[in-house]
Amino acid sequence: MERKIRVPLSAEDARSLRAGDYVYLTGTVYTARDAAHKRMAEALSRGEELPVDPDGNVIYYMGPSPAREGRAIGSAGPTTASRMDRYAPQLLDLGLRGMIGKGKRSQAVKDAIVRNGAVYFAAVGGAGALLSHCIRSSEVVAYEDLGTEAIRRLEIEDFPVIVVADCEGNDLYLSAPAKYNEEK
Amino acid sequence: MRTVSTDLIRDAVAELCIEANHFLSEDMREALQAAEESEVSPLGKRVLGQLQENLRIAGEEMIPICQDTGMAVVFAEIGQDVHLEGELLETAVNEGVRKGYTEGFLRKSVVGDPLERTNTGDNTPCVLHTRIVPGDHVRLTVAPKGFGSENMSRIFMLKPADGEEGVKEAVLQAVRDAGPNACPPMVVGVGIGGTFEKCALLAKQALLRPADSHAEDPRYRAMEEELLRRINQSGIGPGGLGGRVTAMTVHILTYPTHIAGLPVAVNICCHVHRHASKEQ
Ligand code: SF4
Repeated sequence: MERKIRVPLSAEDARSLRAGDYVYLTGTVYTARDAAHKRMAEALSRGEELPVDPDGNVIYYMGPSPAREGRAIGSAGPTTASRMDRYAPQLLDLGLRGMIGKGKRSQAVKDAIVRNGAVYFAAVGGAGALLSHCIRSSEVVAYEDLGTEAIRRLEIEDFPVIVVADCEGNDLYLSAPAKYNEEK
Repeated sequence: MRTVSTDLIRDAVAELCIEANHFLSEDMREALQAAEESEVSPLGKRVLGQLQENLRIAGEEMIPICQDTGMAVVFAEIGQDVHLEGELLETAVNEGVRKGYTEGFLRKSVVGDPLERTNTGDNTPCVLHTRIVPGDHVRLTVAPKGFGSENMSRIFMLKPADGEEGVKEAVLQAVRDAGPNACPPMVVGVGIGGTFEKCALLAKQALLRPADSHAEDPRYRAMEEELLRRINQSGIGPGGLGGRVTAMTVHILTYPTHIAGLPVAVNICCHVHRHASKEQ
């Protein structure tokens, strides 16, 4: 099914998405990858507030290449999500409603998605030039010293993603390959 | 004896970093096109179409094909009759990488210490492999390597008794484990033989063979074909979203090894299989 959805995600929208849905996202998302997640986890363990409240938000696992003059951003495709698996359940329990990345998630993350009515989307890996066309603006909002790994606020428009893991526990990375598997 | 200035080498490396990150070689573009034509999964076909559209945008608007512009792997083949004049070769090559990544708006993805992890800010150092070859020219190849696929690469120290079946199983295992993480459709480089580090280097060099090339030895050519067929039976498909094109090509390079061992390295590369070369 093809759908257009606003981000941040409403609880109803998140719960209505099913693995395999092709979705165009419009609105605001935040980027964070390895180093930013590590810092956020450290902040939480010290009892500090996060630079961005995860509640209802979507994190895009992405570190862009530098923007040429006059452009909002450089190449901007997803990075491998499993490296954030160690941090994701805690953020999901704090209300994080969606993640955009590529690649498999751990069972603990999928359980946290079910528990919180969240969703994991895949964007096409290695299509950073194409995806950059769907990003209208980009602004660093925290951890600027991390360079490409800083947290950025992105305004996106009709950003194409596919639902991989949904709140019913479905996982497209398991079900879709099984359909085409021809190994005896 | 021919003299080659390391300034030329620096500038060539800079150009190659920018070229490789914006344009794929003709053989890779053809392989992607062929993949789209043969894919049966509608979603897989759609992804392959997007990848080609992505290549078009990258080249026309000078936006890197992928935001992970890689750690630069540089191969320098230096003719035995070349005299290098100027800086130390390694310094010149790293200056080239710095220049290419800075002036070319490429992402800086290298951290200085693997545990302390502070970004070096200019994507240096690169990984430099040098080889002395006949002649009086210097041939440079820059192959930026993204880590989505590099992280899924494996080394297996098999036993001689594992034989050909063991090698095939190892390759298939690595590809299955990689799945969607390595941004399929992949290019699979396999090194068989040598020592621990030699087979890894062979696997990396195997990636650099043209996409439509085959192993010279008929036994390994047959193995490449069988592995490609079996990988594509896995159903992983483009983007790992299901389909018949999980790999576009499998390349094997071999080297003599020890009576007690059968090292196998599997270097997985994503569809953004970048390399550019220049002779000086
Ligand atoms: S694996 Fe390749 S295509 Fe995927 S994000 Fe990394 S460099 Fe880009």
